[in-house]
Amino acid sequence: MDFIFSPWPWYISGPLIGLMVPGMLYIGNKPFGVSSTLRSVCSMCVPINVDLYRKNDWKKDIWNLVFLAGILLGGAIAGNFLNSGNPLPLDEATVERLTSMGITDFNSLLPQEIFNWNELFTLRTFIITVIGGFFVGFGARYAGGCTSGHAIMGLSMFQLASLIAVVGFFIGGLLMSYFILPTILTL
Amino acid sequence: MKYAKFLLLGISFGILLIKAEVVSWFRIQEMFLFDSFHMYGVIGSAIVVGAISIQIIKKFNLKSIDGEPIVLKPKPLKKVGNLVGGICFGFGWALTGACPAPLFALTGAGYSIIVLAIIGATIGTFVYGLLQKHLPH
Repeated sequence: MDFIFSPWPWYISGPLIGLMVPGMLYIGNKPFGVSSTLRSVCSMCVPINVDLYRKNDWKKDIWNLVFLAGILLGGAIAGNFLNSGNPLPLDEATVERLTSMGITDFNSLLPQEIFNWNELFTLRTFIITVIGGFFVGFGARYAGGCTSGHAIMGLSMFQLASLIAVVGFFIGGLLMSYFILPTILTL
Repeated sequence: MKYAKFLLLGISFGILLIKAEVVSWFRIQEMFLFDSFHMYGVIGSAIVVGAISIQIIKKFNLKSIDGEPIVLKPKPLKKVGNLVGGICFGFGWALTGACPAPLFALTGAGYSIIVLAIIGATIGTFVYGLLQKHLPH
């Protein structure tokens, strides 16, 4: 039973995540990807027609929205019932670096100092949640996919577009984590 | 009922994302600071399994559950868009500590404030839709 509640090592969880690729191809004959669902959400919420989405597009993408609902439900199941409650075994150098930037609570999946409704009106929580989310949505569509669609599905198919996109993910992430985030955390 | 299979696959994926810890903001910082192998192990081994599966599907011309030949659509190559879009996505990934799927898994797991990032991501998709014609690809 311990195994169910403790986090799974990468060599168990990684290959299982990889099975999403044949899984999605088998059950739906669709490429594995998640960020395209945001396009369906747009077409549902915003009644305009642009190249990227039309107002009735979401009706043929219901499977996509159902998949998304499943992810939410899976998160609820794992977060509430399959959780040991122990802090993650994080690397000491990262912990030290973040501690020096004022992060002290390493007990959950996210730093509670930032991801907290009480902090809603602080600049740093706004930037990290709303602006960060904006970049995720904007960048995923501009690049043509996210971690699922490009890094996992695209690289599994040896696509050059995906390799370029993943290099971009790491250029952006590295610049942010090393050079920009430290300043944002002081706001 | 025809959607039940997508729901089940989504549930499995959501559980995996949490159990793999890839939804953790801390894990993402570790990855971009190159302090830990964990994320590289998860993503790398997922790609290996994905690539082997695709080779098997191609070699044996496997069919989908509905009996149709499996379609593998290439990812459109638009060098500037892939790179610049990728960099924007990287900014967002390092800030929120989550890419699209983890945003939903985290919300499900009870981190309700992540809803703000989902709203942000939806606005980002919407704005890209408006600007698409004017951006270099």
